[in-house]
Amino acid sequence: MSDNIVGEKAGLMWAVQISVVALVILWLIPTVGLLVSSFRDRDQISASGWWSAPFPVEETFRARASGDPVQENGVFVIAGSVFADPENTARFPDGQGEVAAFGTRGIEPGAYPAGEVVEIDDGETLVVNSDGTFRFTSVEEPGGRGQRIYFEALTPPEFTLGNYRTVLTADNMDRAFINTLTVAIPSTVIPILIAAFAAYALAWMQFPGRGLLIAAVVGLLVVPLQLALVPLLNLHNQIGIGQSFLGIWLAHTGFGMPLAVYLLRNYMVGLPRDIIESAKVDGATDFEVFVKIVLPLSFPALASFAIFQFLWTWNDLLVAKVFLPSNSEAQVMTVKIADDLLGSRGGDWGILATAAFVSISVPLAVFFLLQRYLVRGLLAGSVK
Amino acid sequence: MAELVLEDVSKAYGPIEVLRHIDLHITTGELVVFVGPSGCGKSTLLRMIAGLERISGGTFEIDGVRMNDVPPAKRGIAMVFQSYALYPHMTVRDNMAFGMKIAKRPKAEIDEAVENAARMLQLEPYLNRLPKALSGGQRQRVAIGRAIVRDPKVFLFDEPLSNLDAALRVATRIEIAQLKERMAGSTMIYVTHDQVEAMTLATRIVVLNGGGIEQVGAPLDLYERPANTFVAQFIGSPAMNLFKGQTIACGEQTVVELETGGTVTLPIRSLEADKGMGVSLGVRPEDLTPSDDAGFITGEVEIVEGLGETTLLHLKNGAESGPTIAKLPGIHRIGRGQSLHLSAGPEKLHLFDPNGVSFLHRA
Amino acid sequence: MTPLLQGMITIVIGVVGCVGYFYASNALVDKVIFPARGEHAARNINRANMVRPWLFLFPAIFALGLYLAYPVVGSFYRSLFNRAGSEFIGLGNYAALIDDPSFRRAVFNNILWVIVVPAAATFMGLITAQLTDRLTWGNIAKSLIFMPMAISFVGASLIWKFVYANNADIGILNALRALLGASEPTDVLQVTFWNNFFLMVILIWIQTGFAMVILSAALRGIPEETIEAAILDGASPFQIFFQIKVPQIMGTIVVVWTTITILVLKVFDIVYTMTGGNFDTQILPSYMMSYMFRDDGRATATAFVIMILVLPVMIWNIIQARKEMR
Repeated sequence: MSDNIVGEKAGLMWAVQISVVALVILWLIPTVGLLVSSFRDRDQISASGWWSAPFPVEETFRARASGDPVQENGVFVIAGSVFADPENTARFPDGQGEVAAFGTRGIEPGAYPAGEVVEIDDGETLVVNSDGTFRFTSVEEPGGRGQRIYFEALTPPEFTLGNYRTVLTADNMDRAFINTLTVAIPSTVIPILIAAFAAYALAWMQFPGRGLLIAAVVGLLVVPLQLALVPLLNLHNQIGIGQSFLGIWLAHTGFGMPLAVYLLRNYMVGLPRDIIESAKVDGATDFEVFVKIVLPLSFPALASFAIFQFLWTWNDLLVAKVFLPSNSEAQVMTVKIADDLLGSRGGDWGILATAAFVSISVPLAVFFLLQRYLVRGLLAGSVK
Repeated sequence: MAELVLEDVSKAYGPIEVLRHIDLHITTGELVVFVGPSGCGKSTLLRMIAGLERISGGTFEIDGVRMNDVPPAKRGIAMVFQSYALYPHMTVRDNMAFGMKIAKRPKAEIDEAVENAARMLQLEPYLNRLPKALSGGQRQRVAIGRAIVRDPKVFLFDEPLSNLDAALRVATRIEIAQLKERMAGSTMIYVTHDQVEAMTLATRIVVLNGGGIEQVGAPLDLYERPANTFVAQFIGSPAMNLFKGQTIACGEQTVVELETGGTVTLPIRSLEADKGMGVSLGVRPEDLTPSDDAGFITGEVEIVEGLGETTLLHLKNGAESGPTIAKLPGIHRIGRGQSLHLSAGPEKLHLFDPNGVSFLHRA
Repeated sequence: MTPLLQGMITIVIGVVGCVGYFYASNALVDKVIFPARGEHAARNINRANMVRPWLFLFPAIFALGLYLAYPVVGSFYRSLFNRAGSEFIGLGNYAALIDDPSFRRAVFNNILWVIVVPAAATFMGLITAQLTDRLTWGNIAKSLIFMPMAISFVGASLIWKFVYANNADIGILNALRALLGASEPTDVLQVTFWNNFFLMVILIWIQTGFAMVILSAALRGIPEETIEAAILDGASPFQIFFQIKVPQIMGTIVVVWTTITILVLKVFDIVYTMTGGNFDTQILPSYMMSYMFRDDGRATATAFVIMILVLPVMIWNIIQARKEMR
């Protein structure tokens, strides 16, 4: 409509376009960084930023000037290619590459540009050419295992599924994935039914104290979970549930209840009164009205809540830390990442990125597939 | 002082053309009403004049200045919206003053303009209220007041009465008519789908249909001499009856043989070449009277609607426009199934060619 | 038995149990206790209808009462006892909290969070909602900005660990600093005071989408004609936005603001994952977790402090809800 109005400045529209593009990029960068990093190998991650992942990376390698020396003009010469060194054949399978610089000491791996002939000491010289061939000369016959050569070479960008293989098979992450699923699904399904009946009563049945109950639900909506942790864990311990899946299902059911009741009641109260009254005139009981009319009509709200509760239980760290045992048998992914991986694998960015991405992949899939319901639920759930 | 000229104006949304070949000349002091069925493009045309829609083709001028690319606020127009479009968070006073405040006019001048408009519309007691504390009629008056404060060359009204209940609508209609009297120098354009509003308010009516102008003229002109069957049936309620027939004699008078039987002689000139042409004969329900002899319509009464002041009879016969409707003054106790003869004075009859164009308007 | 199988069985038991409870209790009331026949049929129907709402409500009220209402009292009660729970010490835990500089630091930081995060997220949400609403590809843009909502706080924290990493070859922030000429990378999470803001950015990043979705719906709910009237009145796009649109959606802005405020008072995951509360980044929820399992008295006292902070919003919400119901 409004793009039709005369006198709108085209420049303003451009400014809007550009700022939205900038905003979207800004919002995406962190996630894209994680995604890209999860496909890179650990050495490449620390060698260059993920933003330069599509470009070749300059990495440092080592080789040895080993082999049988040949005597030429009174000096011993060892020649060969750094890429052919057994230490490097894995990364340069065809023996080809481009050397940018080389050096003889580990702390200065790129001290000299490729092609420069360098005096090392007492009559030894070394040159590494950009194609990787080297020539080492010495007045005395070289002994030992051969001169160390460090060089910097461009390696092609490399993407690998190795991190995913590691994360999904080792490290108990697969177990954590199953555990998360085990926590999330019953915690999503069970509250829905309980809340739906209550929401119907609060929306369509007349009884004293109804307003008070609705107010109570609105109030409980914001009670901090922190309050519940200690008393309920003690309670669970006393009645023998302890830290267990059963305990966390019950806890999530209770914690999700206010939002469920509130969301569903708001939706049900908006259903047309005529339909419900005409069903009652036709002789349906409240139970039948609920099961046969209100429940099917409330599907969008039920879906909204289910998505919320699923995302919330899947993503939860607090409740899982308190109500589940802390051993690796029962760890969910968030706990696994926060307590385990960040501690023990703090430096292994590839594994961290992959684990994080595995844990957010399910919510992201849910989000992109069911966004419509999520938005609808958000709009219904905020107190107007 | 404002003269509006639209020349070959058209509007298209992509491939869909919603208005085409609109030529219109509106002079100072007129109150022109755009009327037509929903979807005819009347609101779009008004919004194009306001600048809220771009003009796809043709030119639009106010006082000789091309307006196609002039932004709405610079056109010297003010608009009263169907929903009033009051700013809900501002008091009546702020609502009316908003435009002048944006234009950074001195405070004294703003106050004076607001006070004047409020006095004219009896809004003085409500100046400090929010719109939600006003009745529908009062909100309507605030919307008009906001337009007056802007002191525009042209007032635009977009179905301003359609959100009011029936009684208030009549009262407000009269107020608008009085407002027009008081502001004789201003030009007003008024969009409505209600033909009573159109007939009572307009100095000229523009009948739109399917994106084009069907006829432009003074209200009674349209009633008495509709240019085509569309206007004939749109203006007047119930709609004009149409009967199919064939010309059998032409000249100063035209003789038509009706498909339902009988012949009618009309004082309408036709050409010799028109002889044998399939035509439509139009009669307004209120022009039909019962007659003892055969008349020219005979039918069986299907429905009788007694309204007290008038009686509507629905007769079954082979008319083009469905059952023939007759509007008889006063109360008539006629039973269903009764057979009835109806006739009308020859000067009350309308004749349309196969394209629906009136013989009076043929080129 | 694997936990997953156990979970499936629980679902079946739970669902069948719920349906069974509702069906059976309903049947019991209608057929056995207050049968709708015999001499008292009419009276019985009335009584059954008086009982039925409570049958429908009972499981929900039980869950709400046990898991949310009881803890308010239970936590307060527990907070009056010492670490082991054996000795009543009155408000001793609260006194200890006030004496603890790290608690004071948490309160201070939390106030910062409550001021900055809701304001920034709501503002960003408002701006993005307005900007994207006018674009043909606005829905795609919205979807991408909304996406962080689906990500766990832990996941989001890890994502941002990459941004903040203390290495110009990993963290894009340090890479940008290097580009601008900084020779050494710096760990922004260790720069006290300012590190709080780097943590807040994560929550703002997550919550902007939420604010945007709700405010965008509110913006679309504004009658188009009031905007057209403002255009005719000569208002510029900025004047229309700030003088016509924003005042009309003020109610929704307040709702979004308070909702995010509540969230800020509850989220411990970000601080826990990013800094563990070190480098002066402690906030109340993470402070509480640092005492969880160690000193229940202090933990519950901290939780109760959070409750007190939430209270005004809770009361305001209830008043709004009651107003709306009338």
